[in-house]
Amino acid sequence: MQTATPVPHDVSYLDYQGKYKGIFAWIFSTDHKRIALLYLYSMMTMFTVGVLLGLAMKLELIAPGRTIMGPQTYNSLFTVHGVIMIFMIVIPGLPAVFGNFMLPIMIGAKDVAFPRINLMSWYFYVAGAFLVLASVLFGNGTPDTGWTFYAPYSFKTGTNLLPAIFGAFILGFSSILTGLNFIVTIHRMRAPGMTWFKMPLFPWSLYGTAWIQLLATPVVGITLVLVALERIFGIGVFDPALGGDPVLYQHLFWIYSHPAVYVMILPAMGAISEIIPTFSQKHIFGYKAIIASTLAIAFVGYFVWGHHMFTSGMSGTAQYTFSVLTFLVAIPSAIKVFNWISTMHKASINPDIPFLWAISFIFVFMIGGFSGLVLGALATNVYVHDTAFVVAHFHFIVFGGVGFSFFGAIHYWFPKMFGRMYDKVWAKVGWAFFFVGFLTLYSPMFYLGMMGMPRRYYDYLPEFHAANILSSLGSWVMTFGLLIIVINLFRSAKNGAIAPMNPWNGKTLEWTVPSPPPVENYEEIPVYGEKDGPYEY
Amino acid sequence: MEHVTQHSDPHFDQEASKLGMWLFIFTELLLFGGLFIVYSIYRFLNPESFQLASHELNPVIGAINTIILLVSSMTIAMSTSALQKKNKGLTVLLLEITIMLALIFLINKYFEWGVKFEHGIWPGSSHLVNDMSKGEILFFGLYFVMTGLHALHIIVGMIIIIVALRRVQKGTVNPDRPSLLENAGLYWHLVDLIWIFLFPLFYLIH
Amino acid sequence: MEKEKHHIVPYKVYFFILLALITLTFMSIGITQINLGGYSVLGALIFSTIKSVLVLTWFMHLKFDQPFLRFMVGFVALVFLAVIFITFLDYYFR
Repeated sequence: MQTATPVPHDVSYLDYQGKYKGIFAWIFSTDHKRIALLYLYSMMTMFTVGVLLGLAMKLELIAPGRTIMGPQTYNSLFTVHGVIMIFMIVIPGLPAVFGNFMLPIMIGAKDVAFPRINLMSWYFYVAGAFLVLASVLFGNGTPDTGWTFYAPYSFKTGTNLLPAIFGAFILGFSSILTGLNFIVTIHRMRAPGMTWFKMPLFPWSLYGTAWIQLLATPVVGITLVLVALERIFGIGVFDPALGGDPVLYQHLFWIYSHPAVYVMILPAMGAISEIIPTFSQKHIFGYKAIIASTLAIAFVGYFVWGHHMFTSGMSGTAQYTFSVLTFLVAIPSAIKVFNWISTMHKASINPDIPFLWAISFIFVFMIGGFSGLVLGALATNVYVHDTAFVVAHFHFIVFGGVGFSFFGAIHYWFPKMFGRMYDKVWAKVGWAFFFVGFLTLYSPMFYLGMMGMPRRYYDYLPEFHAANILSSLGSWVMTFGLLIIVINLFRSAKNGAIAPMNPWNGKTLEWTVPSPPPVENYEEIPVYGEKDGPYEY
Repeated sequence: MEHVTQHSDPHFDQEASKLGMWLFIFTELLLFGGLFIVYSIYRFLNPESFQLASHELNPVIGAINTIILLVSSMTIAMSTSALQKKNKGLTVLLLEITIMLALIFLINKYFEWGVKFEHGIWPGSSHLVNDMSKGEILFFGLYFVMTGLHALHIIVGMIIIIVALRRVQKGTVNPDRPSLLENAGLYWHLVDLIWIFLFPLFYLIH
Repeated sequence: MEKEKHHIVPYKVYFFILLALITLTFMSIGITQINLGGYSVLGALIFSTIKSVLVLTWFMHLKFDQPFLRFMVGFVALVFLAVIFITFLDYYFR
């Protein structure tokens, strides 16, 4: 329990001097806003590593044959790139940074329900990240299984896999604790008068996400434990030589890892659902439909894992069941897009930076979604399975969807988080480079996959050369845009113009507290009256 | 929008703490759930070997352990009632009984595993890998993993109960703030709940 | 958030639940001694399910808690059963 010393309400969370000084004022802080920034900075560090690995892979693929690395190095690169990007960036991304920062403020609470567990989950995150990095730097070789750790190779490879598996396990635990915290916070700490259907859409998306984190993550946790036990003791559960079935590993792995895709994309959709009404200055169209589609995606998304395994040799019945269920998920996703577009209809739109990110999100998300239908259909899936088409698809969803939403969200909430405005011209330039680079990088992969270029090889046939050059060029343009964005934000956090309380004229609660918010957000907890709501313009 | 000051103690919400514990229990259920999926698939694929391997286990010891856990579940449930009736002495006594029963369960488990080791059965042992069918290897692999993980939960549960016991003695867990004891109880019942399914699935295959 | 009232369960209720649980344990042992072929698993699981419902409602106080907790427990159980069912769509028809 906290001590009873009163907390000043005129000091921002950035300037507050508590018991601890210097860096300890941050890493021992249970303030949800400081924890959010801890996550932001640690994620940026890992993101840099991941981007560099991605750049190296694209450089390798600029020409057929060996360019800068051999096959083993390439295998390690895509493994570590995948593990970092999936487990440390896109899964925790929006919930841990913006969820932590904004959820309590948006529902009118002073903090999350369990502040110390919240801090603990950041420590788990750091521990997991260190373990994964340790598997790279120490031992006999970097893991080369791909981020999926497929059996039986994952217990046959001589590389240093155990720390990576253990790291992924701990990262999962961090994710579970964050989800647990959010559910309890939403259930117990909404401001008086804020009924479930007056809650903003970003908290709603976090609620759906948190349930997936809670119910799916343990399954991959135990699966990774089984792989570790298989490696250490040879218990046999996934080893065909001892009677085990490697396909069962794939089932268990995707029972988590497919819902994990919705852990990534739901909060991303939630952030977009905040940005669009604010910059349209209109009530969101179909508020309840968006909530229903959020919950539907979370629920149905739990039962579609098998579409990752269409060529694994599972039964025909399972194949078409999974295919049908996969098509079902497209419906709620389309409902959301429909609602966003309808919100913009006849609105006086303010095409500011966050809005640009939001509409480009819709664009790339739709490309990713439609290519997802190609993969969800059995016949076409068999044709493009394990080709560059799949790589293009999931980068459009995971990087295009989550990444664009993340950058949209940071440009949207930056004034609130740091109390400063950023340079809008540079932000637009960065966005333009990023958007063009992104499309140049990943679009050729659709073509390459259709032409039959398999994924996960350091080499390719000469006829794929031209498209690969284009793709590698795109990776440089995109990284250049990324640099502009990050440098602009960093400079602005220090030197930007002082931000007003409500720069975008938003109607959700976070715009009623000063920028940056005081330590406990609210001196007095706000009350929602009969007529109040999150999007009453 | 008008404002009100928040109610007296914002840092303590008994319902929140209970809800948090339940959510944690759900993750634990799904953690074991993954193992139950593995078990059900392999039992479906190897029905005869599972039956054969099951004869290696002693259902009497399994039944005794089941009853021990059920009784311990009752004692810890009673201890929350005792706390609410402000009977501190009885609360402490019931918790001590619970810990003792947990310890007896572990001792039984220790001897049970010991017998398996004596028969040359442990994950990766040459007797298991060379002389037994694949279904039996899987059965014993799962047996050690699932009962092992369960035993781990017993140990964790004991630690939590010991902490709760200390807090009851110190008075920081009291009728007004019983959350830690209640959550320890919930966790302990979870351990019981899992055993309720483990027992018939491993010991009672005929 | 009004103060939720706390129900104190009498000791004897717990004791009767324990008796029921032990009886059910013996019944599940009994039913698996009878040769029911493939249905003996089903028999054992039915008894286990009844036992777990008793533990959940009385020992874990679901009977006295807010209804949404019961709803959540049921929801989690259903999700898990659905996952098993879908996994078996593969293995049963392979």
